[in-house]
Amino acid sequence: MIEIKNLSIDFGRGADRVQAVRAMNLSIAKGETVAIVGESGSGKSVTGLSLTRLLPEPPAVYSTGEILVDGNDVLKMGTTDLRKLRGGKIAYVFQEPSTSLNPVFTIHTQISEAIRLHRTDVSSIDAEVESCLDMVGIVNPRGRMHDYPHQLSGGMQQRVMIAMALACRPQLLVADEPTTALDVTIQAQILEQLRMLKAQTGMAMMLITHNFGIIGGIADRVAVMFRGSVVEEGRTEDVLRNPQHAYTQALISCIPQLGQRRRRLTAIDHALL
Amino acid sequence: MALLDQLWFQNTLVLIGYALVASLLSSATKGERWQAASSRLKRDYVGIAAFVVIVLFVFIGSMEMIRLPSNEGRRTLLDLVTTGIPQEKEYAAPMATHAFSVANPRPLNGRHLLGTDTLGRDTLVQTLRATRTALIIGGLTSIIYIPIGVLLGIMAGYYKRWVDDLIQYLYSTIASVPEILMLVAILMVLGKGLGTMSIALGITGWVGLARLIRGETLRQTEKPYITAAKAMGQSDWKIITRHLLPNVMHLVVIKFVLGFSGLVLTEAVLSYLGVGAPIGTASWGGMIDASRSELSRDPVVWWNLTSAATALFLLVLSLNIFGDSLRRAFDPRQT
Amino acid sequence: MFAYIIRRVLFSVPIVFGVMLLTFFLFFVIQSPDAMARRVLGPKATPQTVNTWLHNRGYDKPIIVPRAAKQSFADYLLISRSWKDSLFIHQMTRLATFDLGSSDVTGRPLIDIFKSGALPSLLITLPAFLLGLMVSIGFALYFVFIRNSALDLLGTFLCIALMSVPLMVYIIFGQWFAALVLKYFPAFGFHMQGMSTLKFLLLPVALIVVSGLGADVRLFRALFLEEMGQDYIRTARAKGVSSARVLLQHVLKNGLINLITMMVASLPFLIMGSLVIENFFGIPGLGNVLFSAIQAPDFAVVQASVFLGSILYLFGLILTDLCYAWADPRIRLH
Ligand SMILES: Nc1ncnc2c1ncn2[C@@H]1O[C@H](COP(=O)(O)OP(=O)(O)O)[C@@H](O)[C@H]1O
Ligand SMILES: [Mg+2]
Repeated sequence: MIEIKNLSIDFGRGADRVQAVRAMNLSIAKGETVAIVGESGSGKSVTGLSLTRLLPEPPAVYSTGEILVDGNDVLKMGTTDLRKLRGGKIAYVFQEPSTSLNPVFTIHTQISEAIRLHRTDVSSIDAEVESCLDMVGIVNPRGRMHDYPHQLSGGMQQRVMIAMALACRPQLLVADEPTTALDVTIQAQILEQLRMLKAQTGMAMMLITHNFGIIGGIADRVAVMFRGSVVEEGRTEDVLRNPQHAYTQALISCIPQLGQRRRRLTAIDHALL
Repeated sequence: MALLDQLWFQNTLVLIGYALVASLLSSATKGERWQAASSRLKRDYVGIAAFVVIVLFVFIGSMEMIRLPSNEGRRTLLDLVTTGIPQEKEYAAPMATHAFSVANPRPLNGRHLLGTDTLGRDTLVQTLRATRTALIIGGLTSIIYIPIGVLLGIMAGYYKRWVDDLIQYLYSTIASVPEILMLVAILMVLGKGLGTMSIALGITGWVGLARLIRGETLRQTEKPYITAAKAMGQSDWKIITRHLLPNVMHLVVIKFVLGFSGLVLTEAVLSYLGVGAPIGTASWGGMIDASRSELSRDPVVWWNLTSAATALFLLVLSLNIFGDSLRRAFDPRQT
Repeated sequence: MFAYIIRRVLFSVPIVFGVMLLTFFLFFVIQSPDAMARRVLGPKATPQTVNTWLHNRGYDKPIIVPRAAKQSFADYLLISRSWKDSLFIHQMTRLATFDLGSSDVTGRPLIDIFKSGALPSLLITLPAFLLGLMVSIGFALYFVFIRNSALDLLGTFLCIALMSVPLMVYIIFGQWFAALVLKYFPAFGFHMQGMSTLKFLLLPVALIVVSGLGADVRLFRALFLEEMGQDYIRTARAKGVSSARVLLQHVLKNGLINLITMMVASLPFLIMGSLVIENFFGIPGLGNVLFSAIQAPDFAVVQASVFLGSILYLFGLILTDLCYAWADPRIRLH
């Protein structure tokens, strides 16, 4: 359903110009989960945000390429179509749940805002908000839905973010480092939740992470990004078992593994790449 | 205090201040942050234009500051340059050939580009002369409040604990009195004068700077390089002068420029309130004050107000624009 | 919450004391009461009248310790009885009991003067404050909406230009324009008579609003722009919320909460009026009281104003905290 063709994104113009994404190609089929892995600053988030043209322009400039969603180029869409796309067809979960929720509105207000925007079929907003919260595993959703974000723990906040994203039944969920800001035990819970929800709804997912360790068992395919381009792409097992690119090998060797003797973490030597 | 009211002392102090600023800038600009900022500033043409205007004002003001050896009273470089301009006896409109009087339009001694004031002095010369007052107020006050603000701000942020409490108490007390009230109270007791005005403005002015510097110092002391310096056993004095000072200097410069514009404006208000520049000192505030009676005349005498207000506006505007350019150059994330 | 207010009030006590100390030092130590009397009474005053003037106000008391008594060590420790009769203690207890004293010039009790001046001042400053706030917020939101466009750039420049004009020039221009060109508003004067008061208020209020516009719009624009960069704004946009709604819903509410911290503190101070405006328009408010006190000179009025101003400011700070707690769900006072 998604096809990124030859996409390049710059920040700034002239002397200050930084190329964040360079001639990138990637596609995601219906119901498929694609992981995007790369070190921080490699352009993963920029890629994810560009899918619905969420980058602030300026400074962002889409210099080449196209992003096709069901055959329509996002970069040529008008604002009304873009707004329907955002949240409606493609929804997001971000890295920092604590800052990604608006602190001065209740979670009910924030989730119902999404529902009102995209779903005309819903008759009882309250019931719908409740069922969304229930779906992501929040206990006592009716009691919690009038809480403010600061009254929830980090893991709960991220569940609320997921509930808000799924409230409008998107076809693609972009999860941008959804567990990076959380404790390790909570990380596993949230990943498990995502896997379950994906199975339930049959949506596609773009899972952005810097950690190869979390994608096994959840991603069908993986694309490795380095300095703004995809350097390796393939089925998750293949890439994990038999990485081709030196950068991928280096990233994989960073995964701490149980039962293995502690080694020094390998620093990635950029000069060799 | 008496010394501060001496013209020569004011002039010397402010001229030394220029030299200080210039040498400070030339040494500070070696740092990485300054290099980046100056390269950004070089592309900011509006900022450069504003800077040029400021330099022009400084040049004019300095002409009035530099006094020539002379027996016939006060003679400055500006007097020398403008000797050819004749003195009149009353108001004269811009470029008029006859005095501005319905009853008795006497022929004038010469033409005046911007007219003359009630004593027949050339308005343009008076306006230029008043530049000195603005520069003295801005300069003297800065010389007073910047060292106090930087020192106390850094001390509060670096030593924390009771030093911080004491300094915070000090500036909370001063800040709790509305600024204009504080200025008026101090000036009523100390009397009119550029020196006393600078002292009053200095007493209220350091608070904002100290707050700013304290905040930034607190931020800096959290950073590892300060911890490292402490761990290496460097003395407090060294840490403050080598590490903290260079890292807050850009804030001082921005505050200096933007604060200067505020000082020039405040000088005008204080002079208007009657606690500012002493009588006989050319000041834009004084000229604006005098224009109240001029505007109620018929026909209206408008040129004194217009000249003073325009000059004041130009200087303050340039300072504001340049200060803003500086801020953007040092912190490009802000728009 | 009640406990919180009590605590905040108690914390303000040292600051009020500091201000009292400061004004005492300024008015009675830096300048001797003698010099003060001479300046109030003018050069023609005889030593006789100066002494009576000083005596009537209690200014003839020793400043801290009577000169004659400065002999034993106990006196230096400030424990002798005569010390209690010093000007310092007298002034401090007077202010601490909110006894503002009376005018140096007319002898009228200051509390009366302040009471009668408060209403005219508030009639000008309160509408100006509210109107200014609304207009500035409106412009700021608009500039954030069209941020980085040529119009936004022009707006920023205009704001800086507006900031660079002294208040007096605004007033002079405003009076000339409104009264002489439009021939509609009175350029001067103030009569409180029902609806016609409005006519006198219009121009001063408009001038205060315009003169503050540049600085406020810029400040608020920066504030809103900072909100614009927050993560939750990205979340809202990712939901498909329109830019206008993002601005009016998400940015505005967060921005207003931040705005409260800056604006509410100055609310109580509105009662003190505007010095320059009131003088220009002949409005009999507290600003004008202070203006006349400067010209007179009337030190008692200025001293009391400084004291009151600081109390009002501290009151404003407490008010700020209360408003903040009320507006921001994250904050609880205890
Ligand atoms: N708003 C922005 N302004 C300027 N540069 C940006 C901005 N957002 C991202 N970039 C640049 O784009 C590059 C890629 O960033 P990003 O996609 O966030 O990396 P990551 O892979 O860690 O998610 C970074 O090097 C950064 O410098
Ligand atoms: Mg990222």
